[in-house]
Amino acid sequence: MIKKGTWVQIHKIVLKPEDRTATLPEDTKKVPLEMWVKGFLLADADLLDSVTIKTLTGRVETGTLIKENPTYLHNYGDFVPEILEIDKIVKNELYGGEDHE
Amino acid sequence: MSRISAYEELINRKNEIMMKSVGIDYSRYEMGLIAFDYEKMLSDSGYSLDEIELIQSQSGVGGTPLKELKNITALSRKNSGPGYGARIFIKDEALNDSGSFKARRASISCYHAKKLGYKGVIAATSGNYGAAVASQAAKYGLKCIIVQECFDSKGVGQPEIIEKARACEAYGAEVIQLSVGPELFYTFLKLLDETGYFNASLYTPYSVLGIETLGKELVADSLKITGKAPDMVVITNAGGGNLTGTARGILHKTSNKVQIVGASVNLKGLHMASDHDFNRKSFTTGHTGFGIPFITNPDRSDVPRSAARPLRYIDRYVTVNQGQVFFTTEMLACLEGIERGPAGNTSLAAAFSLAQTLKEDKIVIVQETEYTGAGKHHQAQLDFARKNGIDIHFGDPRTEIPGQTIVLPRSTKDLFVEDIPLDPIRESFIKNAVKQTTRITTVDLNYLVAETNSSTEFVKSILRKLNIELEA
Repeated sequence: MIKKGTWVQIHKIVLKPEDRTATLPEDTKKVPLEMWVKGFLLADADLLDSVTIKTLTGRVETGTLIKENPTYLHNYGDFVPEILEIDKIVKNELYGGEDHE
Repeated sequence: MSRISAYEELINRKNEIMMKSVGIDYSRYEMGLIAFDYEKMLSDSGYSLDEIELIQSQSGVGGTPLKELKNITALSRKNSGPGYGARIFIKDEALNDSGSFKARRASISCYHAKKLGYKGVIAATSGNYGAAVASQAAKYGLKCIIVQECFDSKGVGQPEIIEKARACEAYGAEVIQLSVGPELFYTFLKLLDETGYFNASLYTPYSVLGIETLGKELVADSLKITGKAPDMVVITNAGGGNLTGTARGILHKTSNKVQIVGASVNLKGLHMASDHDFNRKSFTTGHTGFGIPFITNPDRSDVPRSAARPLRYIDRYVTVNQGQVFFTTEMLACLEGIERGPAGNTSLAAAFSLAQTLKEDKIVIVQETEYTGAGKHHQAQLDFARKNGIDIHFGDPRTEIPGQTIVLPRSTKDLFVEDIPLDPIRESFIKNAVKQTTRITTVDLNYLVAETNSSTEFVKSILRKLNIELEA
């Protein structure tokens, strides 16, 4: 049970595939237009319940409860060795082949 | 009522909602059959450049340093002929509050919204502009909603856009994230209608006038440091506001001819509304997917008449590829000790090659940088691309295929720019402008000459091709 007042993220379908009217590529036409928004839960609920939230601007939105205390998980990615190779290339070309100590 | 009719009902009220949300009656500026009075639309905003400078100086915007990139200049000279290789400078716009030049665009919109008594502001943007509006809104105690195109249908988001959502939330904004598709505009309109907030569009006069300070400052900075105005300014081009505002600001400050070069990342072949292609590109802005459609048809924006009209000012338009921009981003970090976000370095990638075509005593200014952080970093973006099946390798960057490969230069000798000829762009512009008519007046003709920065003869020749009659 997630308590009323908890910061949550909800998901909803804005337009079903058959309701999408804009000129769209075939792949986009086949999928719905979806929306994600965060806010404070207005009543106790469980994950995947249909819920109502109050957003930071005070608007009320409804949708499926998908996350409690949604967390930022983006990062600097896995190591990309090519980046060190770039350093080597530009330093060699600017300073010559010798190492800089 | 079905959802479709709700959609149509709202789209039909577009003009009314827009007028209420930006407070501009665009019909006042219409002239002839297709023309409008661009300068009057801008001057009616009521803000002089001096006032804009004052507002910005009081809201954490502007006065960013112009830095000479001595090591990058030296490296560029190793690839140029004797006596060639202009001095390269960069305007470190990442140091504005919110981390990009977009703060300049947001500042006047938010100031104006507050002055007119709006309770909040809304902007539709997946870029740095969201954080800029959120940051400026926070200063004026305005509520703020940012609408982003963020995820594909599998719920996978571009790391760069997710970081921008975080930044918007850090400044107190409500962020609405959508899957891929132009119906974002529907959600945006619905929110404007529901809240009555100000539309902090990227394309109003406020947004474009806010960038004029950047053009003015970079000339003043150049005069102070080098004793002369720049010879070339390289500007990342997407929707055209950055180029338009910067060029106008330069014209305010100097009568010297400064060559205005637009630079975009080449994303040829990727469809901007494709769910599949969405996460196969590494740049969410500053690319040809926005650059070309907006330069040939600026009024496709979210206001009836866009204040961003790059074709009026651009002297040369070039593209670079994704691999070059990532390469240059790393070069800026490891040779100059300046770590910045990749998208802002599009113009730096172009400037490296362009400087080699100018003499050593010439000045080239790259007019922006943007902040970097988790997600919005070349390592995060290269890793994301690799995990989405993009083949990343060193090679000839000319062989890069957007959506399939990212080709990193093997040497700085591999860096290049590709010119997009402007006359075909001008022709497309005219074609779009006369789409709804079979005849035009002299007022329209003069308008098309100004809009395409060309000549009466050129415009007439295109009109003849299109069978458009010119009224006497």
